[in-house]
Amino acid sequence: MRGIVCDYDITVADSLDEALNLLASKPGHYRPLAGGTDLMVVFNAGQQPFKNFLSIHACSDLKGIEVRPDEVEIRSLSTYTDVRYHPILNAEFPMLCQAAAESGAGAIQNRGTLGGNIGNGSPAADTPPALAAYHAEIDLISSEGVRSIPFRDFQIDYKKMDLQPGELIRGVRLKRGAQRHQHYRKVGTRKAQAISKVCFAGAVEMSGGKIVQAGVAYGSVGPVVACCTKLEDALRGKTLKEATGMDAAAIKDLVAQHIAPIDDIRSTGEYRLKVALNLAADFVKNLENYQ
Amino acid sequence: MSEQQGVTKREFTFEVNGEKRSVTNFPAARLLDVLREDLELTGCKEGCGEGECGTCSVFMDGIVVNSCLVPLAQVQGRQVITVEALGEDPLGQILQQCFWEENGAQCGICTPGMLTAAVSLLRRNPDPSLEDIQDGLAGNLCRCTGYKKIFDAVALAAERARANGTLNTTQKGQEVSV
Repeated sequence: MRGIVCDYDITVADSLDEALNLLASKPGHYRPLAGGTDLMVVFNAGQQPFKNFLSIHACSDLKGIEVRPDEVEIRSLSTYTDVRYHPILNAEFPMLCQAAAESGAGAIQNRGTLGGNIGNGSPAADTPPALAAYHAEIDLISSEGVRSIPFRDFQIDYKKMDLQPGELIRGVRLKRGAQRHQHYRKVGTRKAQAISKVCFAGAVEMSGGKIVQAGVAYGSVGPVVACCTKLEDALRGKTLKEATGMDAAAIKDLVAQHIAPIDDIRSTGEYRLKVALNLAADFVKNLENYQ
Repeated sequence: MSEQQGVTKREFTFEVNGEKRSVTNFPAARLLDVLREDLELTGCKEGCGEGECGTCSVFMDGIVVNSCLVPLAQVQGRQVITVEALGEDPLGQILQQCFWEENGAQCGICTPGMLTAAVSLLRRNPDPSLEDIQDGLAGNLCRCTGYKKIFDAVALAAERARANGTLNTTQKGQEVSV
């Protein structure tokens, strides 16, 4: 049965300050609402447990993509469309653009936001693996100030985040200037507009002919984004030739220590595990071909 | 579900098809229902109610949105264009004619959303490939035509709109309001 409209209240904050003051005045009372592409679906299905929403869609301080010499800051209300067509993001962080392009169709991409994709905490979200592979930082803002943490530390458990009452996601920052080999792959029932069975993002940063940083992350194979730190450690310090020569079975063993996919309506744990391991082995073997 | 105390209907004002309109309803009322029931603009339809089928598509501040996923509170002060207004728009008229000629509509439920998405696509990309058309209409489901006639209609409309100057191919840019 559909949600009953008179059961739900939506307060609209016209500015970030107003939003933060409202959140601080009643801790835990409001659920932030941005593009509504998830919250409204759950509401329409009559399954929305939250009753009081704070619409932040009009907070201009949460909008925009700012390119600085050393980093790109993507504010949380940036839509998938904003991300998908941004020239610098396409040139330097294509995995994020691909994730945005493969999330829903145009009308959803016009409304859905990066902050919502992160803050909603879905294990099947497609942009978080890319953010984790890029070692992004996330900025959280409250009436007390801004707190920045590695994006990888933000998700703690299923739908549980390091987000205090009164805090909003202000945005994420991605470090520029690295020469990367990177590969993003979403495996779903269809090429796009299907929720992922497995989502893979892998990137290595090169300096002086060696891998100086690696990021290998998955969505949909565990309660939170799975970061394969053992494989990342193994890749760091290697030349491309040494990396691509790694034994596929050894790579799969390293990845298997980080992921525990389950059976659900979209796939089986067995299929997900097999695909996930193959994706990592393929990524490392073909590093030179992935720009 | 128990009724929450204190949620009352409020007045929201916004522009619909160029006219200022005021509506008194709950803040969580869906734009789709407000358009169809309060404003009697029944061009946009409800298909799935979850942002998958696209037949409720409208323009909000110039971009296509699923009106079933937009709460009224977020429409305050904004500009909404519905399929009703596309009949007055030169590009909308060309598309309408081409859908008719190419048999791009069968039962007609998807057509308002298809036209809305097609206007948005062609304003962004006046010379789309088949793949561009498929991507541009990817959020709009049709259960009758098998899509080919719809893609043909959009391709024909693009050709005609370029030929008669309705679409300017040198100004390939952002989406704009109708």
